[in-house]
Amino acid sequence: MNYFNVGVLSIQGDIAENVSAVQKSIKKLNYRGIVNEINNDKHISKLDGLIIPGGESTTIAKLSMIDKLLKKLQNKINDGMPIFGICAGLILLSKYINDKKIGPTNQLHMDLLDIEVERNYFGRQKDSFESYIEILLPKMIKTKGIFIRSPRIKKVGNGVQILSKLNNNIIAVRQNNILATSFHPELTHDTILYEYFISMIQQHHDQTH
Amino acid sequence: MISLCGDINNHKGVITRKTNLDDVVCGTTTLKRGFAHMLKNGVVMDVTSVEQAHIAEDAGAVAVMVLDKLPSDVRKVGGVARTASIKIISDIMNTVTIPVMAKCRIGHVYEAHVLEKTNVDMIDESEVLTPADETHHIWKWNFTAPFVNGCRSLAEALRRIEEGASMIRTKGEPGTGNVVEAVRHINKVNYELAMLKSIINSGNEHILINLARDFQVSYNVLEKTAQLGRLPVVNFAAGGISTPADAAYLMSLGCDGIFVGSGIFKSSDAKERAYATVLATTFWNNFDKVQEAQNLIDEKESMLGLDTKELELQMQKRGSN
Repeated sequence: MNYFNVGVLSIQGDIAENVSAVQKSIKKLNYRGIVNEINNDKHISKLDGLIIPGGESTTIAKLSMIDKLLKKLQNKINDGMPIFGICAGLILLSKYINDKKIGPTNQLHMDLLDIEVERNYFGRQKDSFESYIEILLPKMIKTKGIFIRSPRIKKVGNGVQILSKLNNNIIAVRQNNILATSFHPELTHDTILYEYFISMIQQHHDQTH
Repeated sequence: MISLCGDINNHKGVITRKTNLDDVVCGTTTLKRGFAHMLKNGVVMDVTSVEQAHIAEDAGAVAVMVLDKLPSDVRKVGGVARTASIKIISDIMNTVTIPVMAKCRIGHVYEAHVLEKTNVDMIDESEVLTPADETHHIWKWNFTAPFVNGCRSLAEALRRIEEGASMIRTKGEPGTGNVVEAVRHINKVNYELAMLKSIINSGNEHILINLARDFQVSYNVLEKTAQLGRLPVVNFAAGGISTPADAAYLMSLGCDGIFVGSGIFKSSDAKERAYATVLATTFWNNFDKVQEAQNLIDEKESMLGLDTKELELQMQKRGSN
């Protein structure tokens, strides 16, 4: 593949940090590609991959309903476009959502990733934490995990591969073209997760062209 | 990556828990500033009750800020404004899933400790409340919870960051429904940042030392800010925002998000206005969407508003040292 187009869903959250992490990774891998902020349906058809950044999942979901943006992205993901959901993005992609304190939430979501996610599992902001984690990409790699009011993945369905656990809590998964983490790789120097995501984009591109 | 400019190594707020695997660390600057980064492009709404917190969450607010009285009522009632009742804060924390912030008085270390123990997600050391210490702000590095502080200029912002603030909001003039001061303050910050950039680009870095003396901040923080070309932490607009167009206007001036105080719950169409403000903030770059948002509210329902030149109490002047 000589050129690709990565989108960052630009409704709410740390959009710029994700844009620069992707740019940094593209440069490091010596690829050619562009990163676009996506907040309407105009450029969706041209995308080779999409990142849903961290932020507030209720806000991102509510504002993504406008102009049926979420629905159109859903179709594109079902067609095989690689997608990377981070924290709020993970919540948005998942099938079943509970809040640790409130219980089941009726928030809007995309219903694509066969996992049960527990919001705010690791506690409030004071309990947000950093820790080294090990993640299967596809070799076992050690990297810094930044967990900010993070969810955990409580259960996974059959087609879901567990990439990382922390003290028996699942924190990263992959289901075919969907990659999701409950921590924030965009807040560290390490671009390993973005490089892995770009390799997913490349594989998908090679298969379809 | 986020900027760690001004970070102090191993400050008291950092807590390390040893585990049999790797250490787990809480309260680092990455975590505190990172929390603020997750709020970007969003609206934080002032609330005084569980009911208002629900309206805010349903409207798409990224967080709520709990107060005893909305700023315009603080202005009306007078007396001493203090932190909100713990019970109300806890009740709100138990019913919404979005982050909950609360205000403490400027310099009031113990109100801040009480809020941290209550487990609020962020503490606002706020000029809306009556200051407790007119010389010192809270030394925020001693806390695991992150703080947001107000500013009217770049110098004020950097002084707060040196004290450990993880987020900044331009002050505006709270409780007035008048956006003029909020605009003045972000313009001033932007002007000073532009000046800083031109100094560093000119290669005459030694001029920065004079500016650091003027600003009453360390050379190191000023130099790093100049290299970044922006505030090293997330910056929201606040103080007097009362319509969707107000919010979009401030976003266009380079603010990362919006705090709305009295603007929403002192209007007669709070529910519509709350959502409309979120919509206009998200899509500030799209005039069609801002028009659509503004059309969801009725100007006849907006809070009356005050001329900031005739105010007896200028909250923005509190804690400027």
